[in-house]
Amino acid sequence: MKTRNILSLIVAVLLLTLAFTSIFVLDETQQAIVTQFGKPVGEPRTQPGLHFKIPIIQKVQFFDKRYLEWDGDSNQVPTKDKKFIFVDTYARWQITNPLQFFIRLRDERSGQSRLDDILDGETRNAIASHDLLDIVRSTNRDPEVAEDFMEDLDNLDDITVGRDKIEALILKRANQRTSDLGVQILDFRFKRMNYVDEVRNRVYDRMISERNRIADQFRSEGQGEARKIQGNKERDLAKIQSEATREAEMIRGKADAQATSIYASAYNRNAQARELYSFLRSMETLEKSFDEKTNVVLSTDSELYKYLKKAN
Amino acid sequence: MAEPNYRLQYYMFLLSKHFRKILLGLILLILIFTSVKTVGPEEEGVVMYVGHYDRTVQPGLNFILPFGIEEMKKIPVQRQLKQEFGFRTVEAGRNTQYSKADFNDESLMLTGDLNLANVEWVVQYRIVNSYNYLFKVRDAEKALRDMSEAAMRKVVGDRTVNEVLTVGRQEVATSMEVLLQRLCDEYENGIRIDQVVLQDVNPPEPVKPSFNAVNQAQQERETLINQAESEYNRIIPRARGEADETIQLAEAYALTRVNVATGEAARFNSLFEAYVKAPEVTKKRLYLETMERILPKIGGKVIVDEKGNNVLPLLNLNQTEKK
Repeated sequence: MKTRNILSLIVAVLLLTLAFTSIFVLDETQQAIVTQFGKPVGEPRTQPGLHFKIPIIQKVQFFDKRYLEWDGDSNQVPTKDKKFIFVDTYARWQITNPLQFFIRLRDERSGQSRLDDILDGETRNAIASHDLLDIVRSTNRDPEVAEDFMEDLDNLDDITVGRDKIEALILKRANQRTSDLGVQILDFRFKRMNYVDEVRNRVYDRMISERNRIADQFRSEGQGEARKIQGNKERDLAKIQSEATREAEMIRGKADAQATSIYASAYNRNAQARELYSFLRSMETLEKSFDEKTNVVLSTDSELYKYLKKAN
Repeated sequence: MAEPNYRLQYYMFLLSKHFRKILLGLILLILIFTSVKTVGPEEEGVVMYVGHYDRTVQPGLNFILPFGIEEMKKIPVQRQLKQEFGFRTVEAGRNTQYSKADFNDESLMLTGDLNLANVEWVVQYRIVNSYNYLFKVRDAEKALRDMSEAAMRKVVGDRTVNEVLTVGRQEVATSMEVLLQRLCDEYENGIRIDQVVLQDVNPPEPVKPSFNAVNQAQQERETLINQAESEYNRIIPRARGEADETIQLAEAYALTRVNVATGEAARFNSLFEAYVKAPEVTKKRLYLETMERILPKIGGKVIVDEKGNNVLPLLNLNQTEKK
């Protein structure tokens, strides 16, 4: 009785183990291949849910089904125009053929390291065969210019290839090289990009000198503008004043002319009028030219004193 | 020594007696724990049946099949999530503190004119498709960070440093938003970008003073122009007024001149008419009248006889003058 009990227990445990080793659950995010003595058998399992295998002799190898990350190392690379930059890249990839992937790479870690080789290499190639500007810019859009005179400074040089195309190129080349690995790279992008430290300081210097140029330009523009306004002021002032003088003189001249003709028409009527005028003017002048300091010697012969003499 | 032994035996006895009940209780407990799930108000529950996606359940009390036959993952779909670039919020609150120390690599980027700019930004997003979020991309958060950095650099790479720093800020954020959403759709990561907000955008630290100098120079320019304008405005209207005055004065002169001439002419004419009637007498009268007015004003008068001119009359001019 007792031994039978134990025996049945052992059988139950064995059966249970067998059942568990022949069943495996695939998560929604997973795919798997079944291997027999290390050799893959059957189609890869990609449907999530319960799956079966022969216990003990068959083993399951799980792979992720999702888009996986690949983060590139920060590489120092010279561009075609000999500028040293470091480039940090990333990619998304997917195991599209788990069987192939298993045969070639065995697991995800070696997959990552193979991607390192391929993508880093392609990145270097692509960077080295393009100018920095092509790697930075992606379109030939015209920049918005804040100040008119900064147009030459705010101008962006045109590119022939562009960042998008370089990324696409690297992606295409890498995919060609990974096609037999059961892997597909879906997207490749430059994450970070910057000058290496030594170059960076020189770039700072250039930026500073550029800014100084702008500042100088602002300043001299201000001075120029101020001078222009001052010039305008002087011109307007001269114009206003001289025009006023001209008009005033013209008015005066006209009045003088009018007055002269009025006088002439009165004094120049005939000989008698002229005689009277000159007599009146002499009298007036006479009257104005004597004062208390004047000494006169008058003869009794004169019109005024002739009667004085007669009285004597 | 026997006492504890006895007690242990007693426990063993109890255990064996109630073994079934205890087992049943345990199973019941596990059943409850593994099948009753609460989904929070901002969450959504994704239920998987033996690894297979089965259904998505709404907030509230939910039941799933026990013992791991069904599993549930909760995704906060209603919550707005955010990622920070170039800085980290250390402590949010009234006095939010930021740490900026070591994120230079994250924020320093090349502009289209091959200058450098320090751009800090925030991406606000929401998980709208929890299925995609869970099952399409591994580590969707990290993927979003990478995408975000790449997208920002791409946008900034097509703009001048001036645009990024000043006029184009809003435009950068908008373009970035569009680009990032496009990438999210491409990746099918179930994320919707709510907003990209540009925080501090600065020139790199060593270059900052020269950027400030540009601002200063700009102000200086405005000041110079304004000063000149105000000088102009101070002088010119006054000059206009003065010019008017000059002209008016000339008019006044003209008026006076013509009127005086007319008056004098009229006076002369009247006089002339009278004079013509008796010229000699009038002339003499006028002469004598004039003399009458003049002579009293004259200081020294010497009257000499016409015949006494052979005797030179002594006239002490100096003395007369001294008087």
